Amino acid sequence: MRKLVLLLVFASGFSILAAGCGGDDDGSVAGATTQATTTAASRADCGKESLDLVSEGKLTVGTDNPAFPPWFGGKPGPGSKWKIGDPTTGEGFESAVAYAVAEELGFTRDEVEWKVVPFNQAFRPGQKSFDFDINQVSYTPARAKSVEFSDSYYDVNQALVAFKNSELADAASIEDLRDAKLGAQVGTSSYEYITDSIDPGPEPSVYDTNNDVISALKAKQIDGIVVDLPTAFYVTAAQIENGTIVGQFPAAGEQERFGMVFEQDSTLVDCVNGALATLKSEGTLADLQQEWLSDKASAPVLE
Amino acid sequence: MALRQGERARARVGPLGRRSRILGGGARSVPVAVVSTVVFFGLIVVLVVRSPGWPEVRRSFLDGDIFGDSFPDILAAFWINIQIFCVAEVLILVLALGLALLRSLPGSVFFPLRALALVYTDLFRAVPTILVIYILGFGAPALDVGGVPRSAFFWGVVSLVLVYSAYVSEVYRAGIDSVHPSQEAAARSLGLSRAQALRFVILPQAVRRVVPPLLNDFIGLQKDSALVALIGPVEAFRQSQIEVAGSFNYTPYLATALLFVLLTIPLARLTDWLVARDRGRHRAAGAR
Amino acid sequence: MSSDGSALRLEGVRKSFGALEVLRGIDLAVEEHEVLCLIGASGSGKSTLLRCVNLLEPIEAGRIVVAGEEITARGVDVNRVRRGIGIVFQAFNLFPHMTVLENVTLAPRHVLGLSRVRGEEEGRELLERFGLADKEREYPDRLSGGQQQRAAIARALAMRPRLLLLDEVTSALDPELVGEVLNAIRELAAAGMTMVIATHEMAFAREIADRVAFLDGGLVIEEGPPERIFQAPEQPRTRQFLQRIIEAGRL
Repeated sequence: MRKLVLLLVFASGFSILAAGCGGDDDGSVAGATTQATTTAASRADCGKESLDLVSEGKLTVGTDNPAFPPWFGGKPGPGSKWKIGDPTTGEGFESAVAYAVAEELGFTRDEVEWKVVPFNQAFRPGQKSFDFDINQVSYTPARAKSVEFSDSYYDVNQALVAFKNSELADAASIEDLRDAKLGAQVGTSSYEYITDSIDPGPEPSVYDTNNDVISALKAKQIDGIVVDLPTAFYVTAAQIENGTIVGQFPAAGEQERFGMVFEQDSTLVDCVNGALATLKSEGTLADLQQEWLSDKASAPVLE
Repeated sequence: MALRQGERARARVGPLGRRSRILGGGARSVPVAVVSTVVFFGLIVVLVVRSPGWPEVRRSFLDGDIFGDSFPDILAAFWINIQIFCVAEVLILVLALGLALLRSLPGSVFFPLRALALVYTDLFRAVPTILVIYILGFGAPALDVGGVPRSAFFWGVVSLVLVYSAYVSEVYRAGIDSVHPSQEAAARSLGLSRAQALRFVILPQAVRRVVPPLLNDFIGLQKDSALVALIGPVEAFRQSQIEVAGSFNYTPYLATALLFVLLTIPLARLTDWLVARDRGRHRAAGAR
Repeated sequence: MSSDGSALRLEGVRKSFGALEVLRGIDLAVEEHEVLCLIGASGSGKSTLLRCVNLLEPIEAGRIVVAGEEITARGVDVNRVRRGIGIVFQAFNLFPHMTVLENVTLAPRHVLGLSRVRGEEEGRELLERFGLADKEREYPDRLSGGQQQRAAIARALAMRPRLLLLDEVTSALDPELVGEVLNAIRELAAAGMTMVIATHEMAFAREIADRVAFLDGGLVIEEGPPERIFQAPEQPRTRQFLQRIIEAGRL
């Protein structure tokens, strides 16, 4: 009997606490963002002072580490947290584009700060620690549900890399890849391209990073790897010996494109799109592509 | 549990008519336990559901549609996990026993073997499993020595076997040490050789004693089978990772967790049952 | 059979555990079919002596000769020697994961090479002899202390030893169970088994022994026929010991 009484006291005490702590349950998320009106952005609205930034007065740009060419160039200095490439140098296609956009928005080079954001984290839902992320992220409708994408700053094709003397090197069409054991990084459009468009017999192997994919290729555990074309050039130039780009793949459905990634309902997207439009019309974007991503035409297309 | 007349009156057995040992004994233990459980968990649920972030969390982790979509693929991929840990466990039980026996070889002539087993055990308990998988999974095939298998599945299983055998051999050793030396004395005094004494008297008792920790390590192995994904194979966890990456919803992770739970809990109860059945039946009275 | 007819001979046997010297020069001889009882206080070295005879403990000095063979010499096959010597322990030490019959037949089958059928046949005979026929399929923890000890004796005998060592085999038993074990031993003695029995049961020793040896402080203080030892001990320490026993009402 005494135990039951104790239990009831305990239970009622708890309920009182619960009632007190329970918030309203209309489903509003903590830290709700303000609604932005989506009128066409005018130069005035995109002034530095009126932008909703993560860090006031600074443009915080995210990308992954290591920062690979041809997207990021330059050599990281001693003590730098960046590996292989250094976004702060402005060298490399994406670094250059980021600084060009920042300039359009009125930021000086010193006012641009780079943050390490692992690839997968960039396009997850939720609050962001950056103003935008630029990291070879392809627009997909699924991703667009959780984040916002800028307009395209680069139209991309996937490509196939294999060793020169391998069977796969002679492939001329997707049909030839029927029995190939392919590999790709997890969560990438490259992996999706394998499963959706190539659909080979053997189950593709999936790895945490592109470095692991390359290790698997070297260990001959996979026959070929699928990555976007510019990365394929870097891989065959710098990361493996006797590698070759077997070919590039046609777009599956809509042309795949890279976009910068923003937090959902970000007020910054329109301004960045405006900046990109300017860069395109002035030919700056094309120049940057030419400077950092030439050789685009030299890979045969695997239909 | 039949109670005698007087005991029954004293126990004031409640509506369900019995005491329950699991629930803690005492009068009316079953109904009290039920009420207490309902209240306790009910309160937790209420607290969680009324928190401000709940709708978002529910959307992210408990989406029914995504669960239904992803579960078949995850279940299919789980087959790889099952293959990995079943093959590995058999090899581990054998290799670990060999290591434990090597460690126990007496005499100075066997010192190199004892030392070898000791170094092995120290080494593979020291190096993180992930590293072993990377080093062997990518490194061994890259040596390009003829006859060495390339398969990531193969090297993944080998890595798990090497690492877990080190741990499990210590479990065996503890079991062997726990068998009272008088057992070995009795066996040897009958003329049985050391090997025969081990085989017929000591090991049967030792192994029975360490079934719970052996199962513990097996359960750990089941989870670690997911590490093989690092070198390529798409097993359940990797498959759920792919689903998560595609949908930005964490529900597939829950699906994988559920699979592991469905696997582990019956195994754990089975072990409890085996141990309880064994206890008291075959246990020695200990030293006297 | 040895040249001097002795089944067991200890000559100058010394045994230490670390710094503690437990046997300090034991000289003893046991004839075939003889029953020698070892008496003495706890710690006098009786158990250690028996364990040395069985080669469970190595000795530091001296030698032990069984049926003419020096078993403490280098290069002796210990397992073979142990086949001929049976030992029964105070704590029974039955194998708890095996039935009584399995306990008894384990060594005959795997050491003597008896077939399973033959081994079980002989095992049953032994169990019957010791009144355990109906217990053959039981596990040891279902048996009383006295039954377990009788099973242990049967197990030792299954190897057909020439010499049987009994180490305080009734000391761990409840008093009412002692009798059945003593009966079993009586029967063995009557059948002519050579035995060395370490015991606290003075009345039993007096009844069954052909000779009694009193151990104290690792040495054989006095030995001789039970009548002399128990009624007219020559050594003062023997007298002291027996005095204490009588006062305790155990003789």
